[in-house]
Amino acid sequence: MRPRPDTEVQQHDAIERLHHTFEVHRRDFFKLLGAGLLVGTASIHVSTQESGAGRRSRPEMPENLDSWLHIGENGQVTVFTGKVEVGQNVRTSLAQQVAEELRVPLASVQMVMGDTELTPYDMGTFGSRTTPQMGMQLRKAAASARATLVKMAAEKWQVPESDLLAQDGRVREAKSGRAISYAELTQGQRLTKTIFEQPPVTGPEHWKIAGQPMSKINGRDFVTGAHKYTSDISLDGMLHGRVVRPSAFHAKLASCDTAQAGKIPGVTAVRDGDFLGVVAPDKITAERALAATRVQWDAPPQPSERELFSYLKTHTSEPEESERDQHVAGSVEQARPQAAKALRQTYTVAYIAHTPLEPRAAAAEWKDGKLTVWTGTQRPFAVRDELMSAFHIPRDSVRVIVPDTGSAYGGKHTGEVAVEAARLAKAAAKPVKLVWTREEEFTWAYFRPAGVIDISSGVKADGALLFWEYDNYNSGPAAIRTPYEVPNQRIAFHPSDTPLRQGSYRSLAAAANHFARESHMDELAHELKLDPLEFRLRNLKDERLRAVFQGAADKFGWGKRAGSPGRGLGIAGGFEKGGYVATCAEVAVNHEEVKVVRVVEAFDCGAVVNPQGLKNQISGAVVQGLGGALFEAIHFENGRILNPHLAEYRVPRFSDVPEIEVVLIDRKDQPSMGAGETPLTGIAPAVANAMFSAVGIRLRSLPLVPQGLPTRAA
Amino acid sequence: MAFTLLVNGVEHKVEVASEASLLNVLRDDLGLTGAKYGCGEGQCGACTVLVDGSPVRSCRMQIGAAAGKKITTIEGLAADSSLHPVQQAFLELEAFQCGYCTPGMVMSAAALLRRIPQPRREQIITHMNGNVCRCGAYLRIIEAVQHAASSGKRTTHAAAS
Ligand code: FES
Ligand code: FES
Repeated sequence: MRPRPDTEVQQHDAIERLHHTFEVHRRDFFKLLGAGLLVGTASIHVSTQESGAGRRSRPEMPENLDSWLHIGENGQVTVFTGKVEVGQNVRTSLAQQVAEELRVPLASVQMVMGDTELTPYDMGTFGSRTTPQMGMQLRKAAASARATLVKMAAEKWQVPESDLLAQDGRVREAKSGRAISYAELTQGQRLTKTIFEQPPVTGPEHWKIAGQPMSKINGRDFVTGAHKYTSDISLDGMLHGRVVRPSAFHAKLASCDTAQAGKIPGVTAVRDGDFLGVVAPDKITAERALAATRVQWDAPPQPSERELFSYLKTHTSEPEESERDQHVAGSVEQARPQAAKALRQTYTVAYIAHTPLEPRAAAAEWKDGKLTVWTGTQRPFAVRDELMSAFHIPRDSVRVIVPDTGSAYGGKHTGEVAVEAARLAKAAAKPVKLVWTREEEFTWAYFRPAGVIDISSGVKADGALLFWEYDNYNSGPAAIRTPYEVPNQRIAFHPSDTPLRQGSYRSLAAAANHFARESHMDELAHELKLDPLEFRLRNLKDERLRAVFQGAADKFGWGKRAGSPGRGLGIAGGFEKGGYVATCAEVAVNHEEVKVVRVVEAFDCGAVVNPQGLKNQISGAVVQGLGGALFEAIHFENGRILNPHLAEYRVPRFSDVPEIEVVLIDRKDQPSMGAGETPLTGIAPAVANAMFSAVGIRLRSLPLVPQGLPTRAA
Repeated sequence: MAFTLLVNGVEHKVEVASEASLLNVLRDDLGLTGAKYGCGEGQCGACTVLVDGSPVRSCRMQIGAAAGKKITTIEGLAADSSLHPVQQAFLELEAFQCGYCTPGMVMSAAALLRRIPQPRREQIITHMNGNVCRCGAYLRIIEAVQHAASSGKRTTHAAAS
């Protein structure tokens, strides 16, 4: 399986993407940084072709890359990456890797992230790609820089390079003990070097700074409230914007009267096609202007929640002939009659909302025909392109800057708030900040796709899987394949016409596909009267997956004690995006109340870069996954969201959180992979399986218990 | 309308609409952006500040109700340059991911420790349950509050002895 991480982004995001050329305009910035050593390729133009051609084109990260890091006269190392920080702590883990390769203290590394004018083009921060791709890219750049510095010292001292060692920001000669700092070496020089073909990258087994637990490098700014998120930005003369939202999805503006709003002092009302918004000196006045706007919308009738799953199954488009969406091995039809036991079940997942605590926000400023937008997005360059096409302006005239953001979880791939803020700022001829309300965030962002998954399976009497037939409607193809050995398989993803706007969500469809598959595996195990872990291991060859199952089971004490009435144990696991996950859950059911009391999750994503950050990511993913597993669901009717508030959309809180133990399997012999997503995928099926073991009720729909425990099987 | 606010020991006179929330005035008029907007509904706690020592959802408090009272925001919690024990504990235990909930969490926790210096785990959970951390750092937040409580104990003991 070749990874195609962008597939679902292209599939789900409604935004058209454009072909474009990235050009670097950083001269001014380097003047500020001062002279020094610049590592990069000779070429300053990098052409990329992004996903415009549709799902089958594979966008590549540009191979021929421009400048990634700069060593200043003062020894300060500045690193440039188009990745963004949304709480996954890559600002820290990437800095660790650069510090490691350059042999400098972590404190001397400064990261410039997600700024379309300063950082090299980047497709976006998603798909758990920052660690495997950007991490390696920066390691190569930093290792090349280190080798270059050693060479410079060798030339200066007229000694062989092999006598020299880079250490602690200096090049040192072992024999004489003399040393020269990087700053002294690069002083007064402005060099352009290329990244080596084979840079002397340090193996994880020799890591001293990478591989170590490290706290967020700018953590102090977060506990003091000093950090400025997009929503905290204040620009000179800045006004506040609000957008008049349609009465329902797909509504068209029938008529509007902004005369009253326009009369309020300081208010500008903007109408442009179906876009309607107001700008005011403060939020209260903007609110009043919004209320004073008289609008009528024409909304078409639309499918509602009650018909959702039948709608998804009857409104499919033909599956694409791609290896990821379609998989056939052996013959399910021929195997079917030979099964000792067969099982057919349907699983469903609801639409859920990312609910980042910082809602979408943007601050936009037009100055001398140039547009600068600060916004919390996972794809600064894609948002830049959205702005370009929205305002018909050249690329050079748009700059997107992403301050470290109040999280995203796959929910901030698009730039609608940036476009809206820029439109309002243009009309007002002043900088404008627009922060979506929580209700807007719940309504006008996109959702994790809802889906239906049908599984038909058969096993032999000895517990060996014989056939596996799997149809996923709309939820997505991520992790759709089974990691178990099955000779006869037919697996298909069927995209549907979705009633609600949908897009990426942390782990994509891997959460839904793991839920369906691992629930079904549990059902089969119970049919066969086999221990669920034993049944899985019997059908599993993949050593790394076996190892995480074993790791989680050992720590959890799986098999050492049985569940008891009202107390259930469940296990689930899988593989996606280079990460292997196994999750054990213990659930307590008391009357209708369901409480997950203990979770053990084992995870292997290769060589661990920052064990502390990784553990935090894993337990955070378990908590977030618990919401979708137990109670999160978007309710909707005829183009309207019925529960667009935190009071009605329940997210996990302190009282919902179980004891969580993380088992890290640090594979120094394996490449480091991302960990933002896959750790979320084991929890829902582990909990569903534990619920069955507790009360004998098999729940096949996510969320499992939105209203507490149902009185009969779903 | 004109209001006088006492924020972090400093008096401010502001001229705002009477329906303005304390949160908006702090953020937009006084430039104190530590308290966050997360929901505007009193449901997430991101906007928590102390009013006369008690935790308050500043998004739900009209400015008139805050006038004349002692308001403490995250910016005013630390004495001089050293962090408040709760901030210190959050930093040491890295009780956050994206950090957006952190100011509200820290203020809620500081209020709790003021009222109950040595809270039991269940008391922490009950008291903090109105604060949402969407990144799911809850367990480390609980640990940080416990850590701050025990470091507070040490400080008190040290001061007493
Ligand atoms: S912003 Fe005040 S409680 Fe959410
Ligand atoms: S750290 Fe992101 S919301 Fe708490």
